[in-house]
Amino acid sequence: MMVIRRFEEEAARNYAKGKIGGFLHLYIGQEAIAVAAAEVLEDRDYIFQTYRDHGIALARGMAPDAAMAELFGKDTGCSRGLGGSMHFFDVERGFLGGWAIVGGHLALAAGTAFKSKYASEDRVTVCFFGEGSTNIGGFHEAMSLAGLWKLPVVFVCENNQYAMGTPLERTSPLKDLSIKAKGYGIVGDRFEGHDVEVVHERIGEAVGRARSGEGPTFIEVQTYRFRGHSMSDPAKYRSRTELEQRKQQDPIVVARERLLGLGVDENTLDDIDIEVDEEIDAAVRFADESPPALEEVMMSTVLAAEGDS
Amino acid sequence: MRELRYREALREAMFEEMERDESVFLMGEEVGHYQGAYKVSEGLMEKYGERRVIDTPIAEAGFAGVGIGAAMVGLRPIIEFMTWNFSFVAFDQIISNAAKVHQMSAGKIQVPIVFRGPNGAAKQVASQHSHSTAPFYTHIPGLHVIQPSTPRDAKGLLKSAIRSNNPVIFLEGETLYGVKGEVPDEGVDELIPIGESRLARPGTDCTIVTWGRPYYTVLAAAEKLAAEGIECEVIDPRTLRPLDTELMVQSVKKTNRCVVVHEHWPYGGPGAEIVDRLQREAFDYLDAPLERVTGLDVPMPYALNLEDKVLPTEKRVIDAVKRVSYAK
Repeated sequence: MMVIRRFEEEAARNYAKGKIGGFLHLYIGQEAIAVAAAEVLEDRDYIFQTYRDHGIALARGMAPDAAMAELFGKDTGCSRGLGGSMHFFDVERGFLGGWAIVGGHLALAAGTAFKSKYASEDRVTVCFFGEGSTNIGGFHEAMSLAGLWKLPVVFVCENNQYAMGTPLERTSPLKDLSIKAKGYGIVGDRFEGHDVEVVHERIGEAVGRARSGEGPTFIEVQTYRFRGHSMSDPAKYRSRTELEQRKQQDPIVVARERLLGLGVDENTLDDIDIEVDEEIDAAVRFADESPPALEEVMMSTVLAAEGDS
Repeated sequence: MRELRYREALREAMFEEMERDESVFLMGEEVGHYQGAYKVSEGLMEKYGERRVIDTPIAEAGFAGVGIGAAMVGLRPIIEFMTWNFSFVAFDQIISNAAKVHQMSAGKIQVPIVFRGPNGAAKQVASQHSHSTAPFYTHIPGLHVIQPSTPRDAKGLLKSAIRSNNPVIFLEGETLYGVKGEVPDEGVDELIPIGESRLARPGTDCTIVTWGRPYYTVLAAAEKLAAEGIECEVIDPRTLRPLDTELMVQSVKKTNRCVVVHEHWPYGGPGAEIVDRLQREAFDYLDAPLERVTGLDVPMPYALNLEDKVLPTEKRVIDAVKRVSYAK
């Protein structure tokens, strides 16, 4: 969680310096969800995420070097500078992308789950998206098919309360989104996302159901992003008080207090913080010093090579 | 060689490819139990079962996306759209996902998928069911677009499409499904390469480039023109992206004139692309401006007398050839 937090803070800083371009959507405040999910999953499992994708990529084991270099548009980035912030990929670790059209990747997740079933492979797919996705057609069709075919997929809705600048009460008549699951004949669950242990347990249950052939689960995790939707969003649609209240439930503070309560030495935690600081500083240096993205890679990857089919 | 109908040729291609590769499956509306809205998939479910011939609810965006996801991790889906008109609700899946993920993952993820189904006008199915969709899809880097005119090309190109490691848009013709033509004998594994034009009729006086349903209109017109002493050379690109212009350029260098005939609307699209390339690649050889005979620039009307006006006719082809030939 600290790696993600520090990575995102450093990304924001370098965006302000002009080292990073385009859109940058930070995961600060939501870290417990990605970390818990990554912990639940096996190496062979598949993960999909939206454009707010740095957190899960890092949680899955992507090196901060490759992640930061991607933001800097460098050849050493995880997508060789062709994807940017919104399109991280780490195929070797089963991270099948950051996707930037709201609702567009849910059916893809049903598709990898379809493959698991078709080929009798023990691989679960977990697909993350925001509550803003639950109103678009892509959500409905993916849930319909996944439910119909009992696919091994877990749909995790990270309800961070705002679809860009619009609060949930202005985008849905429902307070509890998890009841949508019923309409697709699948299991629904709903819980708060600031306690990494709770998230771990509940996503674990859903993944367990998927793995044992009981079909998909739709989970609504209630969370909160501490920053705006993207770097260009000053988040004027919410009050200072609301933000400060939410920060009382900062997943990192919650985890730190839990660890101290369990008897972990404060110095040990501080040492971790220092180690993480160094790792992220090194990632920024790596990204800054890396060679730029290459034209020949851009040209040669438009189409896949033919043959061997 | 034997004679097969266009739909039978497509069906054989799917049977053969499903037989040779376990990762190939067919998914779409009514493809299984119903045997296909146009009977292209007749018998496939009986042979390969519900696991590999998958009926879907009416959810094009959903099952197109499922196909793309499955292809990303190694399967080779054939996704049937009951018609290409319905592909518009799956447009985002095809454009934003299938066509893009290979490059945006820096070449790590391939999408070996075929989207296929009938394209273009049938007969009096009116405004929303008559789209000739090639222009939408040929615009997109990352896709192959194939539109076969004959049963032989349909079979050989569908087999190549299924074996391709890239997403393929495969545009069939509802009015072509019953067309008969020569196809290599059973057991001949003919693969027609993606991106190769074909000489359909040799001639000396005027080049005509055409594909899909107007292909047959053009061949009929060419016979009438021959009777008047104008020998047309007809070239069928077969694949619209990547586009092979070599045969066309050679032909124009010989005939010094060219008419491009297509069903899609005149604004942009492969028709305009061909004209653009030929005027650059054969500029010094042209004795007349390049002409196009296209579907008229209107939504398709229902009334038969009007539909007949909208689609390219023999008369419009003959008139265009005579204009570029400065003949009466």
